[in-house]
Amino acid sequence: MSAAAVAARPAKRSRSISKDRKKAMYWSYFFLILFVVFFLTPPFYMLVMSLKTSGEIAEAKFPWWVFHPTLENYRSLLTSENFQNFFINSALVSAATVVVTMLISVPAAFSLSRMKFWGSATLATGVFLTYLIPETLLFIPLFKIFSWVTEVTGIELINHWWVLILIYPTLTVPFCTWIMIGYFASIPKELDEAALIDGAGWLQVLLRIFIPVALPGIIAATIFAFTVSWADFLYPIVFTTSADQLVLPAGIVTTLIKGDVFEWGRIMTAALLGALPPLLIYAFLMDYYIAGLTAGATKG
Amino acid sequence: MAIALPGQRAARRGGLRRLARRKSTVAFLLALPLILLIASLVVYPALFSLHLATLNKSMEHFVGLGNFEFLFKRELFWMVVKQSCIFAITAVIFKAFTGFVLAHFVHNIPTKKQRKWRGMLLIPWVIPPAMSTLAWFWLFDPSYSAFNWILRAVHIGDVNWLGEPNWARASVILVNVWYGAPFFLIMYLAALKSVPEQLYEAAAIDGANWWQKIWYVTLPMMRNIISITVLFSLIVTFANFDIVRILTAGGPIDQTHIFATWAFKLGIEGNDIPLGASVSLFMFPILGVAAWFILRDISQRGNEA
Repeated sequence: MSAAAVAARPAKRSRSISKDRKKAMYWSYFFLILFVVFFLTPPFYMLVMSLKTSGEIAEAKFPWWVFHPTLENYRSLLTSENFQNFFINSALVSAATVVVTMLISVPAAFSLSRMKFWGSATLATGVFLTYLIPETLLFIPLFKIFSWVTEVTGIELINHWWVLILIYPTLTVPFCTWIMIGYFASIPKELDEAALIDGAGWLQVLLRIFIPVALPGIIAATIFAFTVSWADFLYPIVFTTSADQLVLPAGIVTTLIKGDVFEWGRIMTAALLGALPPLLIYAFLMDYYIAGLTAGATKG
Repeated sequence: MAIALPGQRAARRGGLRRLARRKSTVAFLLALPLILLIASLVVYPALFSLHLATLNKSMEHFVGLGNFEFLFKRELFWMVVKQSCIFAITAVIFKAFTGFVLAHFVHNIPTKKQRKWRGMLLIPWVIPPAMSTLAWFWLFDPSYSAFNWILRAVHIGDVNWLGEPNWARASVILVNVWYGAPFFLIMYLAALKSVPEQLYEAAAIDGANWWQKIWYVTLPMMRNIISITVLFSLIVTFANFDIVRILTAGGPIDQTHIFATWAFKLGIEGNDIPLGASVSLFMFPILGVAAWFILRDISQRGNEA
């Protein structure tokens, strides 16, 4: 009898636990819906506004929905020479930054995680610390240094879109190196030792073993480098000013906003189109995106 | 065979030494681009800004601490210090709290559905902040747009979101929380998943309620990740530029400036590079504290290993 009582008690408890779980689950859904509404309000609003005519925006009868949708904003932006320029500049700068970043950070991470040299441990820590130095601390001295270089050498480093390719790696390389160090360190030592004994050189080990094995890490780092260089706003507005040299975020903010209220349909369209590349990458490569995000902090 | 051994060993040792010598050279060369980049475009500018801060506006004379003296006498400077601290600390607290709570909500629903919800909740972090802040700007617009339309619909008067200093301060914090909370959600969700289920079961058997489970199990297990994310976010939020610049540009009447936006206004727009550099140098203390914590953490881990 006592055995039966003992058997019954856990059953009862587990039933009440599962009931609690259910309750927690429903409440969780409830709050998750609230938060999703809050989080998606701005992008939804961008979409609604982008489909409106200036007239409908000026009326302001019901701002949360569009009653006479039009693609006019998209048409006028996609055919505007300025906007095409911004887009091309952004694409070129981001692509080049990704290439430069990977060329610098992958070999460096390999060297710092596998091939020790004098000061390499300090350097690895230093890389992490430089990641913490914000761009807002560096833009003024960098601006001064670049204008000084322009004066001395005659190479114009101010107001050219390609200058950003020199600057953006400061934002991307420390973090990419850091996460690549983490990925490389997780590769078992036996793998490269075996290759070295078989007579492979260090560069071969990097190219034939480490890069293929750590490919997920490389994809995550590439995504990070692309999204950071696509989104940056401070450096472009400091270093570039004329309309043909601007990249998207700076271009939209500085040329489209002229205080004219009824331009807002176009501005929202531009912002949405500018947000599209990172959103598409995120939609298709979400797992890599999140892996890159979490790798940085958990390994710190 | 016994005779051959010492010779073989010696040869191998010589080979190893050569390998090691070559290895460290190759290693240095592989890391060289990184070293050059960091030295020329991060460390040098950071040190150069210390020098810049001691020059006068035309950058011809050395004025020592003159720029700082000038700043300390201005009321606006102290307002910026206060506003930067309020902005960063409030925003980080809200972001961390929202992220923590959201991580629990996502963790509570069936595993299969978590991916979809997590995917939607991370979107604010994915949109470039300059773009999403434009949407917020238009949402906050006093006469044409959306928030005040709702307030009017429920018969509360208009709020001048970006025109009244305290509302403007709250608005920039709100946008920053919206942008940054998903990052905390992802971090804390990953951390939550690494807490062993047995600990909760043991706590449940001991009769712990949900609050005690969080206090005695979840929080201690997540201590590391919480401190590193908060530290990280504190730095990034302290150094924020995009959101404040686009939303208020420091206005109304300079009341929402933080270090970065004020430094931009003085240094780039106002052409007083040394003064701008001096202002941005005030971000150094928070960096120093963060660096100290991180270095301590690394050396502690080194000792444990």
